[in-house]
Amino acid sequence: MEPVGAVATRTDRAPSVEGLDAASLLDLHRRMVRIRVFETEAGRLMESGDLPGFLHLYVGQEAVAAGALATLTDADQITSTHRGHGHAVAKGAGFRKMFAELFGRVDGYCHGRGGSMHINDLSIGMLGANGIVGAGLPIAVGAAFAARYRGDGSIAMTFFGDGASNIGAFHEAANMAAVLQLPVVFVCENNGYAEFTAQARHMRLDDVADRAAAYGMPSEVCDGMDAVAVRQACRRAVDRARAGEGPSLVEAKTYRYYDHQGVKGLRKPYRTQEEIDAWKARDAIELLEARAAADGVVDAAEFARVWEETRADAVDAIAFARASPLPDPATLTRDVYTD
Amino acid sequence: MTTLTLGKALNMGLRKAMEDDPKVVLMGEDIGKLGGVFRITDGLQKDFGEDRVVDTPLAEAGILGTAVGLAMRGYRPVCEIQFDGFVFPAYNQIVTQVAKIHARSRGRLPMPIVIRIPFGGGIGAVEHHSESPEAYFAHTAGLKVVAVATPADAYFGIQQAIASPDPIVFLEPKRRYWEKADVDTDATPDPLFRSRVLRAGDDLTLLAYGPMVKTALQAATAAEDEGRSIEVVDLRTLSPLDLDAVYESVRRTGRCVVVHEAPTTLGLGAEIAARVTETCFHSLEAPVLRVGGYDTPYPPSKLEEDYLPDLDRVLDAVDRSMGF
Repeated sequence: MEPVGAVATRTDRAPSVEGLDAASLLDLHRRMVRIRVFETEAGRLMESGDLPGFLHLYVGQEAVAAGALATLTDADQITSTHRGHGHAVAKGAGFRKMFAELFGRVDGYCHGRGGSMHINDLSIGMLGANGIVGAGLPIAVGAAFAARYRGDGSIAMTFFGDGASNIGAFHEAANMAAVLQLPVVFVCENNGYAEFTAQARHMRLDDVADRAAAYGMPSEVCDGMDAVAVRQACRRAVDRARAGEGPSLVEAKTYRYYDHQGVKGLRKPYRTQEEIDAWKARDAIELLEARAAADGVVDAAEFARVWEETRADAVDAIAFARASPLPDPATLTRDVYTD
Repeated sequence: MTTLTLGKALNMGLRKAMEDDPKVVLMGEDIGKLGGVFRITDGLQKDFGEDRVVDTPLAEAGILGTAVGLAMRGYRPVCEIQFDGFVFPAYNQIVTQVAKIHARSRGRLPMPIVIRIPFGGGIGAVEHHSESPEAYFAHTAGLKVVAVATPADAYFGIQQAIASPDPIVFLEPKRRYWEKADVDTDATPDPLFRSRVLRAGDDLTLLAYGPMVKTALQAATAAEDEGRSIEVVDLRTLSPLDLDAVYESVRRTGRCVVVHEAPTTLGLGAEIAARVTETCFHSLEAPVLRVGGYDTPYPPSKLEEDYLPDLDRVLDAVDRSMGF
């Protein structure tokens, strides 16, 4: 059987920059650039053997995290996936503590105990990436339940992939959230592949969003290569959650440029170069820059400055991480329990 | 002093914990309107509301995952698993998330979750409804596991477990739910993670927990008629194990038998035998013996009595140990 590739993008609504001011566009742009630079550097460090462990890189999917997280505040809680760096960065995590965690150093987010797949930052409502596919979904439902108890108007958002929508925890979480009418937004990042298996081979639907109907939950599909479209779709879902109208599901059609794990990964061709090139031709950052410049909303020099500042931030953070000490082996057995 | 069944003691303990701390939330299948299939949460939804006593869908992974999110945000969820075998759909969340988040977050995220499981056999309820899954959880670092055997321990133990900052698998001996004893609710309870000598003796140390505590006490009484003096210890806590009193006892008696309903191979008895042997080697007059379920799936109800350790099998182990 020939590789079948990702299911073609379908959108319910046309993408648009209308109604967005320069500050909003620059905000989306900065979130995406920060992810792209962080992940590109992380990938480079892994390929050169500097970083231990596994890395699931987010390059290509930046518009999803940027658009979705531009709709939240620090009080709102998110759960993330094994491909979680993008969500942390777009929620506001700092490069220094993230790189230190990737290097396994004591100044990392988990003091070197969590690694790439378990970064969390409670101060910004990032409850954690997760090494188990689908595990973050019910955890977000619990965070949404807590938000309702607290009555502070906050909500929860959970990211998951097309592959995770086949796991029982997705269905249990979706039903639980719907039946309890909890303020949670399910954001499916459909990059067309469950690890190495194309969507058409792991489910019989084109749109994961169709699954929401089974739980009595509204849903919509958006272009996951367009941060503005993602932002608009998530804004509608977030508004519903904040208004006490229960959960929603947003599916963003997107694509990862690198392999499931690492940059080159297993070097087994399960995607065609034509497919990869076609998605790269719709690169989310280039799309936003070109459209905003053409409309005269943001000056190209401002975009250039974001790139420059972000690259400098990464250089600083990598130097910081390299200089941070490794955990003391005497701490190995600590923190298993509170006592 | 009040006379309470073990089930009613749990109900009263849960009520007290909810009164003491507004962050305590109960979740489970049919626990609200119905009050649970064993009626342990009877009346609590009526008094505390649907948001604090939550009737959930039949979705154990969803229940435990939701509990994790609640705990991360400062709540103290108490999850009822309807029957022991139903915990396995939630096993993923318990082992991959609940047990690990405190260590993963380097202590910033405690997981004060109590997972209540009616466990063990004896009610003619076949597999998935009669099992003893404690070893799976005791094997997992990050979880604590306790088993109550008496109404007093049920009343205080559930409150202590809920107040604990660590995640606790709380095992309730379902066949003993209806057994009564006097409970002094004003008493100062023993610590939760402490074993207890229930009966003093000089010839052999008999260890049990949960539903087998009563069986062990009956065996000790029967052995007395044959002139044997058996010391009985209720282990109470399975992770962490509290064996200091056991070591002290075995150094005097020189003999030790462990009883549990769970299958013998790699059960709690195996770990206890290893530790007693490591610690009391020169005092032992006989190998530490184990009495447990057979290495089979839990049997159909008509064969249940042949599977479960009973008075005869415990006394047989006592004979073998004494005759070694």
